[in-house]
Parts: sequence; C-alpha cells; structure tokens
Amino acid sequence: MTQVVAECSAVHHHYGSTAALDGIDLALSGGKVTALLGPNGAGKTTLIHLLMGVLPVQKGRIEVFGSLRPGQRPAQRRIGVMLQASGVQNNLTVTELLDLFASFYPNPDSRERLLDELDLVELADRRFRHLSGGQKQRVLFALAVVGKPDWLILDEPTTGLDPSARRILWRAIDARRQSGASILLCTHFMDEAQKLADHVVVLNSGRVLDQGSPDAIRRRVASERIRARTSLSVETIRELPSVQSVTAGEDRIEILSRRGTETVRALLSADDGVEDLEVAAADLETAFLTLTDSARGAADLSVSATTEQEAA
Amino acid sequence: MNTASPSMQLIRAQWLNLLRTPDYTLPTLLFPIMFYVFFGLMMMRGQALWLLCTFATFGVMGAALFSFGVSIATERAQGWLLLLRASPAPVNAVIAGKAFGALLFALVTVVLLSALAAAFANVRLETAQWLGLAGILTAGALPFCLMGLALGLWLRPSAAPAVLNLVYLPMGFLSGLWIPSTVFPGWLQAVAEWLPPYHLAALALDIVGAKPANWTQSLTILAVFALAFAVMAALGWRRLSGAS
Repeated sequence: MTQVVAECSAVHHHYGSTAALDGIDLALSGGKVTALLGPNGAGKTTLIHLLMGVLPVQKGRIEVFGSLRPGQRPAQRRIGVMLQASGVQNNLTVTELLDLFASFYPNPDSRERLLDELDLVELADRRFRHLSGGQKQRVLFALAVVGKPDWLILDEPTTGLDPSARRILWRAIDARRQSGASILLCTHFMDEAQKLADHVVVLNSGRVLDQGSPDAIRRRVASERIRARTSLSVETIRELPSVQSVTAGEDRIEILSRRGTETVRALLSADDGVEDLEVAAADLETAFLTLTDSARGAADLSVSATTEQEAA
Repeated sequence: MNTASPSMQLIRAQWLNLLRTPDYTLPTLLFPIMFYVFFGLMMMRGQALWLLCTFATFGVMGAALFSFGVSIATERAQGWLLLLRASPAPVNAVIAGKAFGALLFALVTVVLLSALAAAFANVRLETAQWLGLAGILTAGALPFCLMGLALGLWLRPSAAPAVLNLVYLPMGFLSGLWIPSTVFPGWLQAVAEWLPPYHLAALALDIVGAKPANWTQSLTILAVFALAFAVMAALGWRRLSGAS
C-alpha cells in the first residue's frame, strides 16, 4: 500500500503572535510507521491536532485519505487517536470506556480480544481513575484502536511507561502495522523511532528539519555525549572520527559523537593523559541541538556567501 | 460486541458518571431538600405548596447548572472533550447525553420534593397537576443546562464551581425562590421579574393553582434567556477548536 494518508502543503499555524508551525510540507505514506520526532515546542502536537481535525487549518492545505479535510466525519471514522496526557471520564470502567468508543465506529474490534492483547483482562471492571499511569496508557491505546482505524495517530504513547508496558504497546503498534494500518507516532525517544518506524520526520521550530529512514537520521544525529579532561585542543578533537560538535566546559571538554566508542578510542590514543572520562547516551534534546546547529550553520554560511557576493 | 448507538452510550456514560460522583451529586440534590425541609416543612407549613414550587425550581436550576457547567469545565481540562472531538462521536450526542443526564437529575429532585410535600405537609394535588409540575420543571431545566454549558465552556476549570455558585445562589434568592419577591422593595421586585428562575417558578405556581401566571411573558423570557446562552455556548465551542 503506497497511497498517501495525509498531505500537508505550506501549513502555518500561529497561537497569537507565536508561530507553532512555520511552513510544513509533508506527505505521509500509507501502510507505514512514521515517527514524528522533535524537541518540546517543535510543533508536533499542533501538527497532529491539525491532522485529526481538532484545530482549524489557519493557512496552507491539509488533505487526508485523498481528498477529505481533517475533522470530517468520514475521515474521523478511519482514524484512531491517542493523545498526550489525555484524561477520560474518570469514573467509567475500562469495559464501559471500550464499549463507548466502539459505538462510535462502524466495525469495531472485539473487546475481549483487545483486553487480552493489552493485558487488561484483570482490569476490565476497574474504574479509570483507579488505574496506574501505565495501565491508563494501555487503556487509551485500546480506545485508539477499538475502531480498527486505517490510520493511527499516537502522541507520545509510551512516555512514563515501565519497560514491560512499553513492550506491550510496541508489540501492539507493530501488529497494527502488520495488518496494513498507517501509523503516525509522535515520540521523544530515538530508540522508539528506531525500533518501530519506517520513516522518521524531524520537526524543529515548526519546520521539517530532516526526514528519512531511522538509520539515515541516526547517522546525522549525535548519539553519545563524552566528557573528559584532556590536553588536546578543541580543534584537534573536532578532527577525531564521528565527532559532531565540541564545546569547552570549565574544566572538561564536551563532545557530541555519532559513535561514542570510535571517538573515545581515538581520543585515548591521541592523549594518554585523559582523565574523568564519562560517556553517556545523548538525550534527544541534545542530539537535536547538533542537527539544529548544523541547520543554522548552513543558513549562516549561505548568508555570508551572499554577503561576500554582494561585497564583490 | 456492544451494538448500542453512540447516543445511548453517551447518555449511559453521563449517568454512570453522575451516580459515581456522590460527593458532587449528593450536595446538589440535598441542598434544595434541606432548605425545603427547614422552610417548607418546619417553619412555614402553611406555605408548603408555594415553597414546593420555588425550592423545586431552585433544585432544578442547580442540577442543570452544575451537571453541565462543572462537568464540561472538568472534561475540558482532562482532555476528555478533546478526545471525543477527535473521535467520530457525534457532537450533538455528546451534548444531548449531558442534557439527558441533567434533566433526569432535575426530575429526581422534583419527585423527591413532591414526595416530601405530600407526606409531611399534606400537600394534595390532582394527578394532572403533579404531572404538570414535574413536566414544566424538568423542561424548565433546559435553559439552565445551556447556561451551564456556556459557562463550562468559557470558564477556567478551577474557577467554574465558584462562579457557578456565585450565579446560582444570588439568582435563586433574587428570583424570590426563598422569600417571595412580593416582600422585596419595589426596585428589587423589578429585577426579579427579569430573572429566568422567577418565571419558571411562576409557571409552576400557576400549574398547582397557587398564583396565576402570564404564560406568554414567562415562556418568552425563558426562551430568550435560553437562546442567549445557546449562542454563547456555540461561540465557546468554536473557541475551543481555535485555542486548545
């Protein structure tokens, strides 16, 4: 299935004078898991709210399933959504919530099958308010998929989950993909995108910064942060393999690297006096800074290029 | 699986929610009953019929205002409303489910007060009058549902209960629901005659034969009031999709 589930062209969105989306052009192909990745405030939530039709399109155009506008009933019937930190009617039980949502769709999934799949059987008669965070997330996921949607939109589905609950959701998401559904997954976690997605779209400051396969994106994004005390100069370190950026701290130097082991090995062989070495996985925020910085760097370059041309 | 229609499911959800939040439901129900017991049954037994009409109006107003206003504001904050808006749940059924819940709540209030009046104050009415009283007061909850809906959509969730109380109690008092407006000074009586609870109570009083009412005038005022809040609610709903 290669058809396009959603197409955005020149989509802008403002809250008052703040631009949340600043010209999004994006086509989401069907039958795939697309991860929408980006730091907080990148515009992810605004974009998915536009796609599901709970926010009006201010500028630009969005079409879903060919020629439908987001929010039209025929489109909504084919979409299942799981919103970030969403609450539900707290006093309803899991079963009651599932029955309620099932009644909204023409051809709902079996309640028993879903309860079983998401490990909710024992919680079926418990009220939502009495569930733990991870249990709530699983119920919200069940509500998103009970209508057997063609397109599943998930906003940070595994934030705050313990590893086992996370695995249950990953398996359930993958099962939906296997059966041909398209999935849009907003996430904070690089490893989640890496594991589940066929395609990654990186959003930053309301723009599409980059997109491609998870591996391609990963290669462009720093993955490890190395700190050490060394006598090498910043310039020398920058030349070491896999280094993306180097900053001199007060007493230690900080290196962002695509492949930490490679960089560390080179660092140690270049300077046998390295001390206080520390290697950690770069969090996404940090990782994206390198992408953003390189984007800004490119912009600066082109600016200075034009200035030079003008000067000449 | 369950094949019930979305509307029935939404009504059921609203009902279950009301039944399972006694901390909110019971005070709303007990408030008018308590007042009626104090004033109608203990202090002014001679006025038991009159006070039945006015305190039932008061109860109906509370049921409608609170089951709409507070719950809409809370559900907005929870994200429940957003989830429903993103789903193919029919918007009308979401609102209708709430209205149905509020109207049943209103009916229960009226029935309880009527039972108290009949049992302890010897209030006797024709069957048609009992039914008429229940009918007009239940239907009369609608304008207050719209008011609750509008306020629930516009108010900050944390402010909603306080503001609703600030509307509910003074409006009930000024409409002469506790003390007949005939003992008010002239200018205050003029104010009362513009307030919707005054007119709903007037219709109830007419039905039980306590005081004739001007039906055209009272119905018009209730309808205008309902329309104004319907417009405000519609604007609030539109704002929801613009700002959330």
